Amino acid sequence: MEITLNWYLTLSALLFTMGVLGFLFRRNAIVMLMCVELMLNSVNISLVALSQAMGDTAGQVLVFFVMSVAAAEAAVGLALVIAIFRNKLTIDVTQINLFKY
Amino acid sequence: MSNLRADCFEVFRILLPKVGHRTFVPIRDTLPHSNPMTASILFFVLAIVAIAAALGMLISRNPVNSALWLILNLFCVAGLYLTVNAEFIAVIQVLVYAGAIMVLFLFVIMLLNLAALPDLKRIEWRRIIAFMLGMGLLAMLMFVVASSLDMLPDPVSLETAASTGSASELAKVLFTRYAMPLEIIGILLLAATIGAVVIAKRKPV
Repeated sequence: MEITLNWYLTLSALLFTMGVLGFLFRRNAIVMLMCVELMLNSVNISLVALSQAMGDTAGQVLVFFVMSVAAAEAAVGLALVIAIFRNKLTIDVTQINLFKY
Repeated sequence: MSNLRADCFEVFRILLPKVGHRTFVPIRDTLPHSNPMTASILFFVLAIVAIAAALGMLISRNPVNSALWLILNLFCVAGLYLTVNAEFIAVIQVLVYAGAIMVLFLFVIMLLNLAALPDLKRIEWRRIIAFMLGMGLLAMLMFVVASSLDMLPDPVSLETAASTGSASELAKVLFTRYAMPLEIIGILLLAATIGAVVIAKRKPV
């Protein structure tokens, strides 16, 4: 069977949905950040597949930038998690409700 | 020594669709002495392992296990990049994601010494709504993919695909046309590093 671009796009959609589901379901803040990484990755798959199918390097340059932003986001997000853990002694997002009231 | 190299080359020639003298052959191309089935099998194995690893990340209770599953997923995605000939992005994926970002995650998990969170006793309506939202999103994405079945771009030739994935071609466009965004990304990473240090620093009482 021939693998076409559609298979890559479908895989990307599946992984993105799993990232969204994980972000909505899990309560652990670190695992939620990991789900964000999964979503960024699935977008990268479709970008790379489209870029290679069209013979255009712009998509892969965009992937390069997405990876940089993901690294920055992970660093700041984990720093926030550490700061919250220091105050609340938990990273359960249902327990972190300082802004709720 | 050369015998070992020949053996390694033979293993790669069996495992991958075909190893040219420099680049991997795109998956849709059927070449004289490459097995056309191998390319599809490689894609399906990598895709299934990637999805299984993502599922494992979602359902494992321990955050360390989640991180290890995500690392497996990232490696599979790097393999998928190789199957479409994007060798530079594949290397960057392993170096940056599996190497740097996931080490940071594991480091923070172990620094905080977390246990698995206790189970929820009651069924939460929020979770049911979240599941329905996720399924709706999946349906929308699948609809978009399916509706573009006959509008896909014509695949480019093997030589073009091999060259657009190589580091030299990417470097050419990255340091000329996208030089300004590259500088801005550098500043962003610096700001993120300083911000992370400031946020995570222990405040003087």
